[in-house]
Amino acid sequence: MAAIEILDLEKSYSVGFWRKRPKLALRPLRLTIEEGEVFGFLGPNGAGKTTTLKLLMGLVFPTAGSARILGLDMDDPRVKSEIGFLPEQPYFYDHLSARELLNYYGQLSGVPAKERSSRVERMLGRVGLSDSAGVQLRKFSKGMLQRVGLAQAILHDPKLVFLDEPMSGLDPSGRREVRDLIQQLRNEGKTVFFSTHILSDAEALCDRVGVIHQGELRGVGSVAELTSQKQGKIEIIFYSQRIPAGLTNLGADARISGDMVNAVLPEEQQDAALEILRSERLKLISLVPVRNSLEEYYIQKLQPTEGRAAEDRKGVAV
Amino acid sequence: MNSRIGFVAFNTFREAVRDRVLYNLIAFALMLSGAAILVGEISIDIERLVVVNLGLTAVSLFGVVIAIFIGIGLVSKEIDKRTLYTVLSRPVRRWEFVVGKFFGLTGTLVVNTFFMALGVFLALLYVAHRFQNMDFWVLVALYFIVLQFFIVCALALFFSTFSTPLMSAVFTFALFVIGSLAEDLRGFARVTQGVAGWIATGIAYVVPNFSALNIIGAVAHGDPVAGRLILYSTIYALLYSTIAISGAVLIFQHRNLK
Repeated sequence: MAAIEILDLEKSYSVGFWRKRPKLALRPLRLTIEEGEVFGFLGPNGAGKTTTLKLLMGLVFPTAGSARILGLDMDDPRVKSEIGFLPEQPYFYDHLSARELLNYYGQLSGVPAKERSSRVERMLGRVGLSDSAGVQLRKFSKGMLQRVGLAQAILHDPKLVFLDEPMSGLDPSGRREVRDLIQQLRNEGKTVFFSTHILSDAEALCDRVGVIHQGELRGVGSVAELTSQKQGKIEIIFYSQRIPAGLTNLGADARISGDMVNAVLPEEQQDAALEILRSERLKLISLVPVRNSLEEYYIQKLQPTEGRAAEDRKGVAV
Repeated sequence: MNSRIGFVAFNTFREAVRDRVLYNLIAFALMLSGAAILVGEISIDIERLVVVNLGLTAVSLFGVVIAIFIGIGLVSKEIDKRTLYTVLSRPVRRWEFVVGKFFGLTGTLVVNTFFMALGVFLALLYVAHRFQNMDFWVLVALYFIVLQFFIVCALALFFSTFSTPLMSAVFTFALFVIGSLAEDLRGFARVTQGVAGWIATGIAYVVPNFSALNIIGAVAHGDPVAGRLILYSTIYALLYSTIAISGAVLIFQHRNLK
Protein backbone atom coordinates (compact mmCIF):
# COMPACT_ATOMS: atom_id res chain seq x y z
CA MET A 1 0.00 0.00 0.00
CA ALA A 2 1.16 3.50 -0.75
CA ALA A 3 1.93 5.52 2.39
CA ILE A 4 1.20 8.80 0.61
CA GLU A 5 -0.73 9.27 -2.59
CA ILE A 6 -0.87 12.88 -3.73
CA LEU A 7 -3.43 13.42 -6.46
CA ASP A 8 -3.01 16.71 -8.30
CA LEU A 9 -2.76 18.72 -5.12
CA GLU A 10 -2.66 22.40 -5.97
CA LYS A 11 -2.43 25.60 -3.94
CA SER A 12 -2.74 29.22 -4.93
CA TYR A 13 -3.02 32.28 -2.74
CA SER A 14 -4.58 35.65 -3.45
CA VAL A 15 -2.07 38.47 -3.26
CA GLY A 16 -2.40 42.22 -3.54
CA PHE A 17 -4.38 44.58 -1.34
CA TRP A 18 -6.88 46.05 -3.74
CA ARG A 19 -6.86 44.05 -6.96
CA LYS A 20 -6.38 40.51 -5.78
CA ARG A 21 -4.54 38.19 -8.13
CA PRO A 22 -3.75 34.51 -7.69
CA LYS A 23 -0.23 33.39 -6.88
CA LEU A 24 0.43 29.74 -7.54
CA ALA A 25 2.39 28.21 -4.67
CA LEU A 26 2.04 24.62 -5.84
CA ARG A 27 1.22 23.47 -9.34
CA PRO A 28 -0.83 20.25 -9.54
CA LEU A 29 1.35 17.71 -7.76
CA ARG A 30 1.05 13.97 -8.34
CA LEU A 31 3.34 11.81 -6.27
CA THR A 32 3.26 8.42 -4.57
CA ILE A 33 5.45 7.38 -1.65
CA GLU A 34 5.55 3.70 -0.76
CA GLU A 35 5.41 2.35 2.78
CA GLY A 36 8.82 1.99 4.44
CA GLU A 37 10.42 4.39 2.01
CA VAL A 38 12.64 7.34 2.93
CA PHE A 39 11.74 10.05 0.47
CA GLY A 40 13.64 13.30 0.11
CA PHE A 41 11.81 16.33 -1.17
CA LEU A 42 14.46 18.60 -2.62
CA GLY A 43 14.25 22.16 -3.78
CA PRO A 44 15.59 25.64 -3.15
CA ASN A 45 13.96 27.97 -0.63
CA GLY A 46 10.47 28.97 -1.71
CA ALA A 47 10.14 26.02 -4.09
CA GLY A 48 6.91 24.71 -2.53
CA LYS A 49 8.29 22.05 -0.15
CA THR A 50 6.78 23.54 2.99
CA THR A 51 3.50 24.32 1.21
CA THR A 52 3.21 20.64 0.24
CA LEU A 53 3.86 19.55 3.84
CA LYS A 54 1.37 22.07 5.20
CA LEU A 55 -1.26 20.83 2.77
CA LEU A 56 -0.68 17.24 3.85
CA MET A 57 -0.86 18.27 7.52
CA GLY A 58 -4.16 20.12 6.98
CA LEU A 59 -2.61 23.44 8.03
CA VAL A 60 -3.55 25.02 4.69
CA PHE A 61 -6.34 23.92 2.40
CA PRO A 62 -5.80 22.89 -1.23
CA THR A 63 -7.20 24.94 -4.07
CA ALA A 64 -7.71 21.68 -5.96
CA GLY A 65 -6.76 18.03 -5.73
CA SER A 66 -6.54 15.64 -2.82
CA ALA A 67 -4.24 13.20 -1.09
CA ARG A 68 -4.51 9.86 0.64
CA ILE A 69 -2.31 9.11 3.62
CA LEU A 70 -1.95 5.50 4.80
CA GLY A 71 -5.00 4.62 2.74
CA LEU A 72 -7.23 7.29 4.27
CA ASP A 73 -8.32 10.64 2.94
CA MET A 74 -5.94 13.30 4.26
CA ASP A 75 -8.87 15.05 6.03
CA ASP A 76 -9.75 11.90 7.94
CA PRO A 77 -9.05 12.59 11.67
CA ARG A 78 -7.70 9.03 12.09
CA VAL A 79 -4.72 9.94 9.88
CA LYS A 80 -3.33 12.28 12.51
CA SER A 81 -2.83 9.47 15.04
CA GLU A 82 -0.53 7.68 12.62
CA ILE A 83 1.70 10.54 11.52
CA GLY A 84 4.38 12.68 13.12
CA PHE A 85 5.41 16.13 11.93
CA LEU A 86 8.43 18.32 12.52
CA PRO A 87 7.87 21.83 11.10
CA GLU A 88 10.69 23.94 9.74
CA GLN A 89 12.41 25.93 12.50
CA PRO A 90 10.00 24.68 15.12
CA TYR A 91 8.82 26.88 17.94
CA PHE A 92 7.21 25.40 21.01
CA TYR A 93 5.43 26.62 24.13
CA ASP A 94 8.40 28.15 25.89
CA HIS A 95 6.70 28.24 29.29
CA LEU A 96 6.96 24.44 29.35
CA SER A 97 9.96 22.24 29.99
CA ALA A 98 10.89 19.61 27.38
CA ARG A 99 9.35 16.92 29.58
CA GLU A 100 6.10 18.86 30.06
CA LEU A 101 5.86 19.62 26.35
CA LEU A 102 6.29 16.00 25.35
CA ASN A 103 3.79 14.97 27.99
CA TYR A 104 1.28 17.50 26.62
CA TYR A 105 1.79 16.30 23.06
CA GLY A 106 1.48 12.72 24.30
CA GLN A 107 -1.89 13.62 25.80
CA LEU A 108 -3.04 15.24 22.56
CA SER A 109 -1.86 12.24 20.52
CA GLY A 110 -3.78 9.84 22.72
CA VAL A 111 -0.78 8.06 24.26
CA PRO A 112 -2.24 6.10 27.22
CA ALA A 113 -1.51 7.75 30.58
CA LYS A 114 0.18 4.68 32.08
CA GLU A 115 2.87 4.52 29.41
CA ARG A 116 3.13 8.24 28.66
CA SER A 117 5.78 9.20 31.15
CA SER A 118 8.07 6.24 30.35
CA ARG A 119 7.75 6.99 26.65
CA VAL A 120 8.54 10.67 27.23
CA GLU A 121 11.69 9.75 29.14
CA ARG A 122 12.69 7.31 26.41
CA MET A 123 12.27 9.96 23.71
CA LEU A 124 14.23 12.52 25.71
CA GLY A 125 17.05 9.99 25.99
CA ARG A 126 16.85 9.15 22.30
CA VAL A 127 17.43 12.77 21.28
CA GLY A 128 20.02 13.38 24.00
CA LEU A 129 17.98 15.75 26.16
CA SER A 130 17.62 13.73 29.37
CA ASP A 131 19.82 16.16 31.29
CA SER A 132 17.81 19.22 30.19
CA ALA A 133 14.37 17.63 30.48
CA GLY A 134 13.23 19.90 33.30
CA VAL A 135 14.50 23.17 31.81
CA GLN A 136 11.96 25.58 30.30
CA LEU A 137 12.20 25.68 26.50
CA ARG A 138 12.80 29.45 26.51
CA LYS A 139 16.32 28.60 27.70
CA PHE A 140 16.97 26.11 24.88
CA SER A 141 19.31 26.72 21.95
CA LYS A 142 18.10 26.33 18.36
CA GLY A 143 19.73 22.92 18.09
CA MET A 144 18.09 21.73 21.31
CA LEU A 145 14.69 22.91 20.07
CA GLN A 146 15.25 20.93 16.89
CA ARG A 147 15.87 17.83 19.00
CA VAL A 148 12.68 18.47 20.99
CA GLY A 149 10.94 18.81 17.63
CA LEU A 150 12.21 15.42 16.52
CA ALA A 151 11.20 13.85 19.82
CA GLN A 152 7.64 15.18 19.57
CA ALA A 153 7.36 13.97 15.99
CA ILE A 154 8.07 10.34 16.89
CA LEU A 155 6.73 10.32 20.47
CA HIS A 156 3.49 8.50 19.63
CA ASP A 157 5.23 5.90 17.46
CA PRO A 158 3.76 7.07 14.14
CA LYS A 159 3.90 4.95 10.98
CA LEU A 160 4.73 7.94 8.83
CA VAL A 161 6.99 10.86 9.75
CA PHE A 162 7.10 14.20 7.95
CA LEU A 163 10.21 16.27 8.61
CA ASP A 164 10.56 19.78 7.20
CA GLU A 165 14.26 20.68 6.96
CA PRO A 166 15.19 18.48 9.94
CA MET A 167 18.90 19.36 9.76
CA SER A 168 18.44 23.11 9.70
CA GLY A 169 20.10 24.93 12.57
CA LEU A 170 22.14 21.93 13.66
CA ASP A 171 25.89 21.73 14.03
CA PRO A 172 27.75 18.88 12.24
CA SER A 173 27.38 16.47 15.15
CA GLY A 174 23.71 17.35 15.50
CA ARG A 175 23.21 16.69 11.79
CA ARG A 176 24.92 13.37 12.15
CA GLU A 177 22.60 12.45 15.03
CA VAL A 178 19.52 13.37 13.00
CA ARG A 179 20.82 11.30 10.10
CA ASP A 180 21.26 8.37 12.47
CA LEU A 181 17.75 8.89 13.80
CA ILE A 182 16.24 8.85 10.30
CA GLN A 183 18.25 5.72 9.60
CA GLN A 184 16.82 4.12 12.74
CA LEU A 185 13.30 5.08 11.67
CA ARG A 186 13.92 3.39 8.34
CA ASN A 187 15.18 0.28 10.14
CA GLU A 188 11.99 0.27 12.23
CA GLY A 189 10.01 0.16 8.99
CA LYS A 190 8.64 3.69 9.19
CA THR A 191 8.01 5.82 6.16
CA VAL A 192 9.90 9.12 6.23
CA PHE A 193 9.10 12.08 4.02
CA PHE A 194 11.55 14.88 4.55
CA SER A 195 12.29 18.11 2.80
CA THR A 196 15.77 19.46 2.52
CA HIS A 197 18.05 21.47 0.34
CA ILE A 198 21.16 19.72 1.66
CA LEU A 199 21.88 17.21 -1.08
CA SER A 200 24.48 15.18 0.80
CA ASP A 201 21.86 14.38 3.46
CA ALA A 202 19.41 13.27 0.82
CA GLU A 203 22.02 11.18 -0.97
CA ALA A 204 23.01 9.48 2.29
CA LEU A 205 19.49 8.78 3.53
CA CYS A 206 16.91 8.59 0.79
CA ASP A 207 15.61 5.72 -1.27
CA ARG A 208 14.06 8.18 -3.71
CA VAL A 209 14.08 11.93 -4.16
CA GLY A 210 11.76 14.41 -5.82
CA VAL A 211 12.93 17.79 -7.03
CA ILE A 212 10.49 20.67 -6.77
CA HIS A 213 11.09 24.15 -8.11
CA GLN A 214 8.78 27.12 -8.48
CA GLY A 215 5.89 25.05 -7.18
CA GLU A 216 6.35 22.35 -9.81
CA LEU A 217 7.62 18.79 -9.34
CA ARG A 218 10.47 18.60 -11.84
CA GLY A 219 11.43 14.98 -11.38
CA VAL A 220 11.41 11.92 -9.15
CA GLY A 221 14.00 9.19 -9.10
CA SER A 222 15.70 6.47 -7.14
CA VAL A 223 18.92 7.72 -5.55
CA ALA A 224 20.68 4.45 -6.33
CA GLU A 225 19.73 4.70 -10.01
CA LEU A 226 20.48 8.38 -10.32
CA THR A 227 23.93 8.01 -8.84
CA SER A 228 24.79 4.85 -10.76
CA GLN A 229 24.06 6.23 -14.22
CA LYS A 230 27.18 6.49 -16.33
CA GLN A 231 27.89 9.60 -18.31
CA GLY A 232 29.83 7.83 -21.10
CA LYS A 233 33.07 9.19 -19.69
CA ILE A 234 35.96 7.75 -17.70
CA GLU A 235 38.22 9.34 -15.15
CA ILE A 236 41.88 8.37 -15.17
CA ILE A 237 44.28 9.28 -12.39
CA PHE A 238 48.02 8.64 -12.82
CA TYR A 239 51.36 9.81 -11.43
CA SER A 240 52.87 12.60 -13.54
CA GLN A 241 53.75 16.27 -13.23
CA ARG A 242 52.79 17.02 -16.83
CA ILE A 243 49.84 16.25 -19.05
CA PRO A 244 50.86 14.00 -21.98
CA ALA A 245 50.13 15.72 -25.32
CA GLY A 246 48.50 12.56 -26.69
CA LEU A 247 45.90 12.65 -23.96
CA THR A 248 44.88 16.21 -24.85
CA ASN A 249 44.53 15.11 -28.49
CA LEU A 250 42.03 12.46 -27.33
CA GLY A 251 39.80 15.23 -25.99
CA ALA A 252 40.69 14.76 -22.30
CA ASP A 253 39.84 17.39 -19.76
CA ALA A 254 42.97 17.08 -17.59
CA ARG A 255 44.41 18.93 -14.63
CA ILE A 256 47.54 18.51 -12.52
CA SER A 257 47.10 18.05 -8.80
CA GLY A 258 50.43 17.71 -6.93
CA ASP A 259 52.30 14.83 -8.51
CA MET A 260 49.17 13.39 -10.06
CA VAL A 261 47.13 14.06 -13.15
CA ASN A 262 43.37 13.73 -13.20
CA ALA A 263 41.89 13.35 -16.69
CA VAL A 264 38.29 12.88 -17.83
CA LEU A 265 37.76 11.68 -21.39
CA PRO A 266 35.20 9.85 -23.54
CA GLU A 267 34.74 6.16 -22.70
CA GLU A 268 35.61 5.03 -26.24
CA GLN A 269 39.09 6.57 -25.85
CA GLN A 270 39.91 4.32 -22.89
CA ASP A 271 42.22 1.91 -24.77
CA ALA A 272 44.00 4.73 -26.57
CA ALA A 273 44.55 6.58 -23.31
CA LEU A 274 45.96 3.50 -21.58
CA GLU A 275 48.28 2.96 -24.55
CA ILE A 276 49.62 6.51 -24.14
CA LEU A 277 50.27 5.93 -20.42
CA ARG A 278 52.05 2.65 -21.22
CA SER A 279 54.19 4.21 -23.95
CA GLU A 280 55.19 7.09 -21.67
CA ARG A 281 55.77 4.69 -18.73
CA LEU A 282 53.37 6.52 -16.46
CA LYS A 283 51.98 4.71 -13.41
CA LEU A 284 48.20 4.38 -13.37
CA ILE A 285 46.48 4.97 -10.03
CA SER A 286 42.84 4.50 -10.97
CA LEU A 287 40.42 4.29 -13.84
CA VAL A 288 36.70 4.62 -13.08
CA PRO A 289 33.60 5.42 -15.10
CA VAL A 290 32.17 8.88 -14.34
CA ARG A 291 28.72 8.55 -12.72
CA ASN A 292 26.01 11.10 -12.19
CA SER A 293 25.80 12.71 -8.78
CA LEU A 294 22.59 13.80 -7.09
CA GLU A 295 23.84 17.35 -7.39
CA GLU A 296 24.00 17.08 -11.18
CA TYR A 297 20.49 15.64 -11.28
CA TYR A 298 19.26 18.42 -8.99
CA ILE A 299 20.87 21.20 -10.99
CA GLN A 300 19.58 19.71 -14.21
CA LYS A 301 16.02 19.62 -12.84
CA LEU A 302 16.19 23.23 -11.74
CA GLN A 303 16.77 24.38 -15.31
CA PRO A 304 13.63 25.93 -16.81
CA THR A 305 11.79 23.58 -19.14
CA GLU A 306 10.91 25.04 -22.54
CA GLY A 307 7.18 25.07 -21.93
CA ARG A 308 7.60 26.59 -18.50
CA ALA A 309 10.05 29.22 -19.72
CA ALA A 310 7.57 30.25 -22.40
CA GLU A 311 4.78 30.37 -19.82
CA ASP A 312 6.92 32.47 -17.50
CA ARG A 313 7.74 34.87 -20.36
CA LYS A 314 3.99 35.30 -20.87
CA GLY A 315 3.75 36.40 -17.24
CA VAL A 316 2.01 33.44 -15.68
CA ALA A 317 2.13 33.88 -11.90
CA VAL A 318 4.36 31.44 -10.12
CA MET B 1 -15.66 17.41 28.42
CA ASN B 2 -13.70 16.02 25.49
CA SER B 3 -10.27 15.18 26.94
CA ARG B 4 -8.33 17.05 24.22
CA ILE B 5 -10.29 20.22 25.02
CA GLY B 6 -9.32 19.71 28.65
CA PHE B 7 -5.63 19.30 27.78
CA VAL B 8 -5.62 22.45 25.64
CA ALA B 9 -7.51 24.34 28.37
CA PHE B 10 -5.07 23.24 31.05
CA ASN B 11 -2.09 24.24 28.93
CA THR B 12 -3.66 27.67 28.34
CA PHE B 13 -4.24 28.06 32.07
CA ARG B 14 -0.69 26.95 32.88
CA GLU B 15 0.73 29.39 30.32
CA ALA B 16 -1.22 32.28 31.85
CA VAL B 17 -0.08 31.37 35.36
CA ARG B 18 3.57 30.99 34.29
CA ASP B 19 3.41 34.26 32.39
CA ARG B 20 2.68 35.79 35.79
CA VAL B 21 -0.85 36.87 34.96
CA LEU B 22 -1.94 36.17 38.52
CA TYR B 23 0.55 38.80 39.71
CA ASN B 24 -2.30 41.27 39.17
CA LEU B 25 -3.67 39.89 42.42
CA ILE B 26 -0.87 41.61 44.30
CA ALA B 27 -1.83 44.98 42.82
CA PHE B 28 -5.48 44.24 43.57
CA ALA B 29 -4.76 43.25 47.17
CA LEU B 30 -2.64 46.37 47.76
CA MET B 31 -5.28 48.63 46.24
CA LEU B 32 -8.16 47.09 48.15
CA SER B 33 -6.45 46.99 51.51
CA GLY B 34 -5.36 50.61 51.05
CA ALA B 35 -8.92 51.61 50.15
CA ALA B 36 -10.41 49.67 53.08
CA ILE B 37 -8.07 51.32 55.56
CA LEU B 38 -8.73 54.71 54.02
CA VAL B 39 -12.55 54.49 54.05
CA GLY B 40 -12.39 53.07 57.55
CA GLU B 41 -10.73 56.33 58.59
CA ILE B 42 -12.78 58.89 56.68
CA SER B 43 -16.33 57.66 56.08
CA ILE B 44 -19.22 57.11 58.46
CA ASP B 45 -21.80 54.36 57.73
CA ILE B 46 -20.91 54.11 54.06
CA GLU B 47 -17.79 51.99 54.46
CA ARG B 48 -19.56 48.90 53.17
CA LEU B 49 -20.99 50.78 50.17
CA VAL B 50 -17.56 52.12 49.21
CA VAL B 51 -15.74 48.79 49.69
CA VAL B 52 -18.34 46.81 47.68
CA ASN B 53 -18.44 49.40 44.91
CA LEU B 54 -14.68 49.77 44.69
CA GLY B 55 -13.90 46.08 45.19
CA LEU B 56 -16.35 44.75 42.61
CA THR B 57 -15.48 47.44 40.06
CA ALA B 58 -11.80 46.54 40.47
CA VAL B 59 -12.58 42.82 40.10
CA SER B 60 -14.46 43.60 36.89
CA LEU B 61 -11.82 45.91 35.42
CA PHE B 62 -8.84 43.71 36.29
CA GLY B 63 -10.63 40.71 34.81
CA VAL B 64 -11.70 42.49 31.63
CA VAL B 65 -8.16 43.75 31.04
CA ILE B 66 -6.77 40.21 31.50
CA ALA B 67 -9.52 38.72 29.31
CA ILE B 68 -8.77 41.17 26.50
CA PHE B 69 -5.00 41.06 26.66
CA ILE B 70 -4.74 37.30 26.84
CA GLY B 71 -7.77 36.60 24.69
CA ILE B 72 -6.58 38.62 21.70
CA GLY B 73 -3.43 36.49 21.41
CA LEU B 74 -4.99 33.11 22.09
CA VAL B 75 -5.13 32.08 18.44
CA SER B 76 -3.17 34.75 16.56
CA LYS B 77 -0.09 34.31 18.75
CA GLU B 78 -0.14 30.57 18.17
CA ILE B 79 -0.35 31.17 14.43
CA ASP B 80 2.44 33.77 14.44
CA LYS B 81 4.73 31.63 16.57
CA ARG B 82 3.72 28.48 14.70
CA THR B 83 3.14 26.58 17.94
CA LEU B 84 -0.16 25.54 16.35
CA TYR B 85 1.54 23.43 13.69
CA THR B 86 2.56 20.69 16.08
CA VAL B 87 -0.83 20.77 17.79
CA LEU B 88 -3.02 20.61 14.69
CA SER B 89 -0.86 17.90 13.13
CA ARG B 90 -2.12 15.68 15.96
CA PRO B 91 -5.61 14.27 16.36
CA VAL B 92 -6.86 17.66 17.59
CA ARG B 93 -9.70 19.21 15.64
CA ARG B 94 -9.66 22.92 15.08
CA TRP B 95 -12.90 23.46 17.02
CA GLU B 96 -11.46 21.53 19.96
CA PHE B 97 -8.47 23.84 19.99
CA VAL B 98 -10.64 27.00 19.98
CA VAL B 99 -13.00 25.70 22.66
CA GLY B 100 -10.05 24.49 24.77
CA LYS B 101 -8.44 27.92 24.54
CA PHE B 102 -11.72 29.52 25.65
CA PHE B 103 -12.06 27.28 28.67
CA GLY B 104 -8.41 27.80 29.56
CA LEU B 105 -8.80 31.54 29.65
CA THR B 106 -12.14 31.54 31.45
CA GLY B 107 -10.67 29.07 33.94
CA THR B 108 -7.80 31.47 34.57
CA LEU B 109 -10.26 34.29 35.15
CA VAL B 110 -12.44 32.22 37.48
CA VAL B 111 -9.40 31.37 39.63
CA ASN B 112 -8.30 35.01 39.53
CA THR B 113 -11.80 36.17 40.48
CA PHE B 114 -11.93 33.66 43.32
CA PHE B 115 -8.84 35.17 44.94
CA MET B 116 -10.05 38.72 44.33
CA ALA B 117 -13.43 37.80 45.84
CA LEU B 118 -11.60 36.59 48.94
CA GLY B 119 -9.94 40.02 49.08
CA VAL B 120 -13.29 41.81 48.80
CA PHE B 121 -14.80 39.76 51.63
CA LEU B 122 -11.75 40.30 53.82
CA ALA B 123 -12.02 44.04 53.19
CA LEU B 124 -15.75 43.88 54.07
CA LEU B 125 -14.94 42.05 57.28
CA TYR B 126 -12.30 44.65 58.08
CA VAL B 127 -14.66 47.65 57.70
CA ALA B 128 -17.88 46.07 59.08
CA HIS B 129 -16.26 43.64 61.59
CA ARG B 130 -18.85 41.00 60.68
CA PHE B 131 -20.66 39.55 57.66
CA GLN B 132 -24.30 40.52 57.00
CA ASN B 133 -27.07 38.71 55.11
CA MET B 134 -26.91 41.20 52.28
CA ASP B 135 -23.28 40.25 51.65
CA PHE B 136 -24.66 37.18 49.90
CA TRP B 137 -25.66 39.45 47.00
CA VAL B 138 -21.98 40.38 46.60
CA LEU B 139 -21.44 36.75 45.60
CA VAL B 140 -24.22 37.09 43.02
CA ALA B 141 -22.60 40.28 41.67
CA LEU B 142 -19.30 38.37 41.38
CA TYR B 143 -21.13 35.65 39.46
CA PHE B 144 -22.48 38.31 37.07
CA ILE B 145 -18.94 39.63 36.62
CA VAL B 146 -17.78 36.13 35.69
CA LEU B 147 -20.59 35.99 33.13
CA GLN B 148 -19.22 39.24 31.67
CA PHE B 149 -15.77 37.62 31.47
CA PHE B 150 -17.25 34.72 29.50
CA ILE B 151 -18.55 37.15 26.87
CA VAL B 152 -15.35 39.25 26.76
CA CYS B 153 -13.20 36.12 26.40
CA ALA B 154 -15.42 34.79 23.64
CA LEU B 155 -15.30 38.11 21.78
CA ALA B 156 -11.52 38.44 22.15
CA LEU B 157 -11.10 34.88 20.92
CA PHE B 158 -13.47 35.55 18.01
CA PHE B 159 -11.46 38.56 16.83
CA SER B 160 -8.21 36.68 17.48
CA THR B 161 -9.10 34.12 14.81
CA PHE B 162 -8.93 36.61 11.94
CA SER B 163 -7.39 39.86 13.15
CA THR B 164 -4.12 41.19 14.52
CA PRO B 165 -3.77 41.39 18.32
CA LEU B 166 -3.92 45.20 18.21
CA MET B 167 -7.11 45.33 16.16
CA SER B 168 -8.63 42.53 18.23
CA ALA B 169 -7.94 44.55 21.39
CA VAL B 170 -9.51 47.64 19.85
CA PHE B 171 -12.62 45.74 18.67
CA THR B 172 -13.11 43.88 21.95
CA PHE B 173 -12.57 46.93 24.13
CA ALA B 174 -14.89 49.01 21.94
CA LEU B 175 -17.60 46.36 22.25
CA PHE B 176 -17.08 46.25 26.01
CA VAL B 177 -17.51 50.03 26.28
CA ILE B 178 -20.52 50.14 23.94
CA GLY B 179 -22.00 47.08 25.67
CA SER B 180 -21.64 48.76 29.03
CA LEU B 181 -23.88 51.51 27.64
CA ALA B 182 -26.30 49.07 25.97
CA GLU B 183 -29.29 50.09 28.11
CA ASP B 184 -28.78 53.75 27.14
CA LEU B 185 -28.44 52.67 23.51
CA ARG B 186 -31.72 50.77 23.73
CA GLY B 187 -33.38 53.82 25.28
CA PHE B 188 -32.01 55.97 22.45
CA ALA B 189 -33.27 53.46 19.87
CA ARG B 190 -36.75 53.60 21.34
CA VAL B 191 -37.03 57.37 20.85
CA THR B 192 -35.40 57.45 17.40
CA GLN B 193 -37.49 57.16 14.24
CA GLY B 194 -36.84 55.93 10.70
CA VAL B 195 -33.61 54.42 9.41
CA ALA B 196 -31.58 55.83 12.30
CA GLY B 197 -34.01 54.13 14.68
CA TRP B 198 -33.61 50.79 12.93
CA ILE B 199 -29.84 51.07 12.94
CA ALA B 200 -29.78 52.07 16.62
CA THR B 201 -32.14 49.19 17.49
CA GLY B 202 -29.98 46.76 15.50
CA ILE B 203 -26.79 47.89 17.19
CA ALA B 204 -28.41 47.95 20.63
CA TYR B 205 -29.43 44.30 20.33
CA VAL B 206 -26.30 43.03 18.60
CA VAL B 207 -23.75 44.46 21.03
CA PRO B 208 -23.38 42.46 24.25
CA ASN B 209 -25.51 43.93 27.00
CA PHE B 210 -22.88 44.35 29.68
CA SER B 211 -24.94 46.99 31.47
CA ALA B 212 -27.59 44.35 32.27
CA LEU B 213 -24.86 42.21 33.81
CA ASN B 214 -23.60 45.04 35.98
CA ILE B 215 -25.44 44.89 39.32
CA ILE B 216 -22.63 46.35 41.39
CA GLY B 217 -24.56 49.53 42.29
CA ALA B 218 -27.66 47.64 43.45
CA VAL B 219 -25.67 45.11 45.46
CA ALA B 220 -23.58 47.85 47.08
CA HIS B 221 -26.83 49.31 48.40
CA GLY B 222 -27.84 45.89 49.70
CA ASP B 223 -30.66 45.38 47.18
CA PRO B 224 -31.56 41.74 46.53
CA VAL B 225 -31.27 40.25 43.02
CA ALA B 226 -34.29 38.47 41.55
CA GLY B 227 -33.82 34.78 40.76
CA ARG B 228 -35.34 35.35 37.33
CA LEU B 229 -32.68 37.97 36.53
CA ILE B 230 -29.95 35.49 37.51
CA LEU B 231 -31.48 32.84 35.25
CA TYR B 232 -32.00 35.18 32.26
CA SER B 233 -28.53 36.70 32.63
CA THR B 234 -26.97 33.25 32.75
CA ILE B 235 -28.83 32.14 29.62
CA TYR B 236 -27.97 35.42 27.85
CA ALA B 237 -24.25 35.23 28.67
CA LEU B 238 -23.95 31.57 27.73
CA LEU B 239 -25.88 32.10 24.50
CA TYR B 240 -23.84 35.15 23.51
CA SER B 241 -20.55 33.39 24.31
CA THR B 242 -21.63 30.31 22.39
CA ILE B 243 -22.50 32.38 19.33
CA ALA B 244 -19.14 34.22 19.48
CA ILE B 245 -17.21 30.96 19.95
CA SER B 246 -19.17 29.36 17.10
CA GLY B 247 -18.20 32.31 14.91
CA ALA B 248 -14.58 31.87 15.96
CA VAL B 249 -14.71 28.15 15.14
CA LEU B 250 -16.36 28.81 11.78
CA ILE B 251 -13.66 31.27 10.76
CA PHE B 252 -10.76 29.26 12.17
CA GLN B 253 -12.05 26.08 10.56
CA HIS B 254 -11.42 27.56 7.11
CA ARG B 255 -8.32 29.58 7.81
CA ASN B 256 -5.04 28.83 6.06
CA LEU B 257 -2.15 28.88 8.53
CA LYS B 258 0.56 30.61 6.53
